[in-house]
Amino acid sequence: MPIDCKAKCGNKAALKRPKTGDALCKDCFFAAFEAEIHHTIVSSRLFRRGEKVAVAASGGKDSTVLAHVMKLLNERHDYGLDLVLLSIDEGITGYRDDSLETVKQNRDDYQMPLKILSYEELYGWTMDRIVAQIGRSNNCTFCGVFRRQALDRGAKLLGVDSIATGHNADDIAETVLMNILRGDTARLRRCTNIRTGGGEDSIPRVKPLKYSYEKEIVMYAHYKRLVYFSTECVFAPNAYRGHARAFLKDLEKVRPSVIMDIIYSGEQLRFKDTAKKPVRGICERCGFVSSQQPCKACVLLEGLNRGLPKLGIGKKSKGDRMIAQQNQELALRERANLVKNDF
Amino acid sequence: MGSKETPDLKIILEFGAGAELLFGNIKKRQLSLNGAQKWTIAELLKWMHANILTERAELFIQGDTVRPGILVLINDTDWELLGELEYELQPNDNVLFISTLHGG
Repeated sequence: MPIDCKAKCGNKAALKRPKTGDALCKDCFFAAFEAEIHHTIVSSRLFRRGEKVAVAASGGKDSTVLAHVMKLLNERHDYGLDLVLLSIDEGITGYRDDSLETVKQNRDDYQMPLKILSYEELYGWTMDRIVAQIGRSNNCTFCGVFRRQALDRGAKLLGVDSIATGHNADDIAETVLMNILRGDTARLRRCTNIRTGGGEDSIPRVKPLKYSYEKEIVMYAHYKRLVYFSTECVFAPNAYRGHARAFLKDLEKVRPSVIMDIIYSGEQLRFKDTAKKPVRGICERCGFVSSQQPCKACVLLEGLNRGLPKLGIGKKSKGDRMIAQQNQELALRERANLVKNDF
Repeated sequence: MGSKETPDLKIILEFGAGAELLFGNIKKRQLSLNGAQKWTIAELLKWMHANILTERAELFIQGDTVRPGILVLINDTDWELLGELEYELQPNDNVLFISTLHGG
């Protein structure tokens, strides 16, 4: 009953590759999977010899496989990279505390230094406390905005030349779909880039698994017995992405190449010069990259600290009104206090 | 005197990467299925749905098959190479379900 490996190595095939439809044995699959990532790294010139690279590690399947493969390829092909693990602790009890244990396992297994940065130390707030303030409707906004900047801060602290993230082909295809559905041309034009950022003021991010299918990542982790953490965040059924994801998985069942096709479509899109383009700048408050003034992280943080947690949610004009109103109330109260003291 | 009983079909079910949460959080179980009938994966899924799928069935079953995004391995081989739903279970088979429907 089992089919022979297509590579004619004499072994029985273990899986059907979604990307090519080939039936391969475990060893030939490992070789193909790793060779493709190597090809992506080399052909896109993701790294240069001597660079220090942070692997953004969550303990999940993608970053675990990324750390494993980066270490393996760095040694096999002598990239000459100095690899470190960088993790963000959002302060989510029952989720991140457990997944960080997995990251520590990665640190020991791969002999890579690990830096953990927490929201608590960066912002003075854990996600548990933020959720207590904001409830469960906009919490993912805080988490996403803070994580993005936290990685930048961590990378700066570690003095790395780039950050490698575990985004896989399915993630990118999902993001293309979501950005089309939202009409978000700014994100649409950059979401398929294998490298983002990296001007004078920001540390570039690269996606070595950009063309790796999720199925293959999971099969690779399974056959290699890599330990990863697979619990869904306790706060997070990210509803919108969930729908895009379910839709993509249904399409993939009918036509496995759809994931590569959607990425390709995203890559081929060209925008008119008249399409609005965000201007990347530096936040005048915190000094990190932002296309707004002040940056979203600073506005969200100000909201939390003022006791106006909804400040950064929704339109800026609404937020400005909330601040003005609070300032007015504070001024009134202060005047009332002065009067009382005079008396 | 009754006729000689057919022995049960004994198989092992395993769940990984969160799929176990839908099945009472049990990662590995031994099953003894009625040996008098043929058991395909399609039959097995129906049996699982009726007997051990305790939480949010729609996260596991879609129509008469598993929800896309759940990987199925039979004796550590991708079920896509073995006929998927039509595969006929053999004694001591190991069927593993791995969820990929979580964050990375």
